[in-house]
Amino acid sequence: MAEPKTRSFDTLALHAGQRPDPVTGARAVPIYLTTSFVFKDADHAAALFNMERAGHVYSRISNPTNAVLEERIAALEGGVGAIATASGQAALHLAIATLMGSGSHIVASRALYGGSHNLLDYTLRRFGIETTFVSPRDIDAWRAALRPSTRLLFGETLGNPGLDVLDIPRVAAIAHEHGVPLLVDSTFTTPWLLRPFEHGADLLYHSATKFLGGHGTVIGGLLVDGGTFDWEACGGKFPELTEPYAGFHGMDFSEESTVAAFLLRARREGLRDFGACMSPHNAFHILQGVETLPVRMERHVANTRRVVEFLAAHPAVAGVAHPELPGHPDHELAQRLLPRGAGAVLSFDIRGDRAAGRRFLEALRLFSHLANVGDAKSLVIHPASTTHFRMDTAALRAAGIGEGTIRLSVGLEDAADLIEDLERGLRAAQKG
Amino acid sequence: MDIAIAGVPAWVYTGGRPFDAALPCLVFIHGGANDHSVWALQSRYFAHHGFGVLAPDLPGHGRTPGPALTTIEQAAEWIAALLDAAGVRAAALAGHSMGSLIALEAAVRLGTRATGLALIGSSFPMSVSPELLGAARDDEPRARRMINAWAHAGYAQYPGNPGPGSWVRGANLRLLERQPAGTLYADFNACNAYAAGLHSAAAVRCPTLFVLSSGDAMTPLRGARAFAQAFAGARVVEISGSGHALMAEAPDDVLDALRKHLGA
Repeated sequence: MAEPKTRSFDTLALHAGQRPDPVTGARAVPIYLTTSFVFKDADHAAALFNMERAGHVYSRISNPTNAVLEERIAALEGGVGAIATASGQAALHLAIATLMGSGSHIVASRALYGGSHNLLDYTLRRFGIETTFVSPRDIDAWRAALRPSTRLLFGETLGNPGLDVLDIPRVAAIAHEHGVPLLVDSTFTTPWLLRPFEHGADLLYHSATKFLGGHGTVIGGLLVDGGTFDWEACGGKFPELTEPYAGFHGMDFSEESTVAAFLLRARREGLRDFGACMSPHNAFHILQGVETLPVRMERHVANTRRVVEFLAAHPAVAGVAHPELPGHPDHELAQRLLPRGAGAVLSFDIRGDRAAGRRFLEALRLFSHLANVGDAKSLVIHPASTTHFRMDTAALRAAGIGEGTIRLSVGLEDAADLIEDLERGLRAAQKG
Repeated sequence: MDIAIAGVPAWVYTGGRPFDAALPCLVFIHGGANDHSVWALQSRYFAHHGFGVLAPDLPGHGRTPGPALTTIEQAAEWIAALLDAAGVRAAALAGHSMGSLIALEAAVRLGTRATGLALIGSSFPMSVSPELLGAARDDEPRARRMINAWAHAGYAQYPGNPGPGSWVRGANLRLLERQPAGTLYADFNACNAYAAGLHSAAAVRCPTLFVLSSGDAMTPLRGARAFAQAFAGARVVEISGSGHALMAEAPDDVLDALRKHLGA
């Protein structure tokens, strides 16, 4: 008897979580733009509120359009489920707020998106949650930073903007030795390039605004649970998941769901109380992006390789950071974890001063100067003055960012046109 | 709740409410390499609608220490002992897949103490193909992949899975992976070896319900219908659009069938 075939990634990207509407025949996922859902009777209402029946009550907690997106990303990542959130930042906050409270501690990679760094280093500290930042490449530093109060290890699959590749298997092993989960921000890689659960991560999230949505149109986040972490086996470190919760009928979430206790609490408490839900309209747009994710990512990666090759050979460029280059510190790790490619974001340093960088940016015609990545259109930004402007020079240096570092997000245009645009910018930079 | 059965600890989910032996009792028995959590929605409903609910993790599954019991008859004896330990005089029994065979055998043993029987995703004989049985013994990851592919009807429900945001294939795979090594083979071997189905069906005296699915590739409809004929007056509810994992893929259909059967 042959092993039954399961659907491939490319097919799941189009079909997981949705079948055509049996009433109208609509093939696309309908946008259920409704705040609420009518109860059949009083018993049905009570049963929905008390998790005795499956279904939707109020779109802050769940919505049918969002549910399709949640199932689809969980299928693509190999998880047990997902929650759509208002943004990637909301997904990160939801993950942390579900797992811990005041007095808890996080060990995080130093190479983070500036917004994530702000949340951890400033905002959460105000609420009694401390973070120790470590170099993602220094495995011993991860272990040394652990405290009895540590409840989470956190990093980006590809660090921002230096493209540090997180050694997920080794960092996950440290987390699990300590009885805590590893959360990764998978925004830069998407499940097409890397499926972190297969390498030991326990939770992941996306800024779906980026490559998943793929067209720079809507803001959204997706928090995915791998379902592998045993919250009960951690010696009482996660009472939020293993003890009765007075805020939801005394529910013990890990009793209710052996494999999805985290998601259950995140939805029933986190979405309910913090309320950072995704609009079903945004979910629809992100679904359109996910449907073409495989073909888009293939093109993103191919174009990026052409751009990296061009920049690495250009005399006006002092250095290029991309893990596919042999000189990148994580080149070998990238070959192992990212065999399909190391993403479509890269950074490089222009020879010269800040003014040279400014001349470069202002000469570009195809690359748009803005604060985003993962658009179908190519993008460019100067991190030191924008996404990471709150960091001082030392912190910038520690995160691999120089005063003249430029970050590119390579889009889907013709690669030759992109290279022509970059050549124009570099010529302008050298004219100063 | 924790409970000792013949001095051995066991763990039983009670539907989110403390168990009250004075209420009509309903026992939910999970299938092979599963645990109580497959009944989450249905068990909560009955626990909040006048029933005392017992949804045990069978020995060697979930939170109940092992080893797994090796025959359906042993497991049925264990269920009967659970009722005694919980102070239950009479109970209705609902079982899924392997759990349906255990429920049947337990109903026979309990005699008039069994007030109702519900067999969900059931058939007899519950033969397991030699290749799957061999994989369960020698290559559990492969066996889990095979089960997961066969247990679900499709890749989507409409409009999206009834449990918002839950990817039932992923959740089922993780639940299979959570069970101790050897449990899957012990369960499948017990199903495959079980021979008393027709004889026990004839001995059942309580009202019996079959909940079956047209898309069930593990306990196909034709065999299940034939099995139902062996019971005196068994009612059969057939659900379309679900596979073998009925409680996840068609939770409300299963609940409504149980409600009607048990008068809830």
